[in-house]
Amino acid sequence: MAAEAVKSSSDVIVGATIAFGGLAPAIAIGLIVSKALEAIGRNPEAAAKVQTVMILGVAFAEAIAIYSLVVALILKFV
Amino acid sequence: MATALHISISAEPIFRFGQFEFTNSMLVSLLVSLFLSLVAIWFYNHRQAKSNLKLFIQTIVESFYEFVQSVSPHHASQFFPLIATIFFFVMFGSWAGLLPGMETIGFQADHGFVPLFRGATADLNITLGLAIFAVVSVQVFGYKNLGPKYFKKFFNFTNPINFFVGFLELLSEFARVMSFAFRLFGNIFAGEVLLAVIAFLVPVIASLPFIGLELFVGLIQALVFATLTLVFTNIAISDHH
Repeated sequence: MAAEAVKSSSDVIVGATIAFGGLAPAIAIGLIVSKALEAIGRNPEAAAKVQTVMILGVAFAEAIAIYSLVVALILKFV
Repeated sequence: MATALHISISAEPIFRFGQFEFTNSMLVSLLVSLFLSLVAIWFYNHRQAKSNLKLFIQTIVESFYEFVQSVSPHHASQFFPLIATIFFFVMFGSWAGLLPGMETIGFQADHGFVPLFRGATADLNITLGLAIFAVVSVQVFGYKNLGPKYFKKFFNFTNPINFFVGFLELLSEFARVMSFAFRLFGNIFAGEVLLAVIAFLVPVIASLPFIGLELFVGLIQALVFATLTLVFTNIAISDHH
C-alpha cells in the first residue's frame, strides 16, 4: 500500500534524525557552559547565580535535542 | 531472540469505560499523588512530635523555599505552593518509572502484553496536561498581580510594531506549552527506552549506572520544569513596559 510505503522509515533515516538533531544542541551547550565558566572565573562570588542561569540555558538548548529524539522515536516505534 | 523488546510510545489503556481510556501511566500518577498526599497528611498530624523523618522533609522543603526566594524575593510565599507541587510531582512521577515491577507486571490482552504500571511522566498526555497547567497558572498569577493590564502585553494597539511583538508573545506562550511537554516527555521516555534496551542486551548488572543516570535526569527535569515556571511567572508579574 502506498500509505505503508510512506510510513515505514529505514533505520538509517532514524539514526540520521537524531545524529543531526543532536549536533547543534551539543555545540550550544558547550558554548553556554564555557561562557558560564568564564563568568564564574571572573567573579567567583556570583557562582550560585551564574550556575542557576546556566542550568536554565542548558535546559532550553537540550530541549531541541529532545525534540529530534522524540521525532526519531516516533519514526521508529509508531 | 526469544522475546521481542516491548516499547510503546503511547501509554496502554488498562481498562475503558465507554470512550474514556484509563491508562497505566494515569494509574501511576494517581499513586504518586496519593503518596505525596499521605506524606503531607502524616507530617501535619505529627507536627508537634520530634522525628528525624520530619527534619529531613523540613530540610528539603525549606531549602527549596530559599531557592524560590532567591529567584523571586517578594512573592515567594505566593508562588511556592505551585512551584513545589510541580517539582515534587514531576520528580516522584519520573522516579516511579524506575521502581522494580514497572512495565513488567501486566496482563496479556488480545493485541499483546499490557503492562500495569508505567512511569507517570513518560506519557505525553500527562506532561502536556502539566505544561498547560503551568502556563495557565503563569497567566493567572500575572492577572492576579497586575490586573487586566496584564493582557496589554499581548494586545498592544499603540503602533504596528508593538502589535506584532504582542502577537509574537502570545505565540510564544503556546510554544512554551509544547516545549515544556516535549522536554519532560522526551527526557523521561528516552530514559525508559534506554533502560529497556540495556536490560534486553545485558540482563544483569549493566543497568545499574543507567538507573543512576535516570535518577539524576528525573531530578534535573523536575528542577528545570519548576524553575522555568517560576522564571516565567516572575517575568509575567514584573511587566514594566
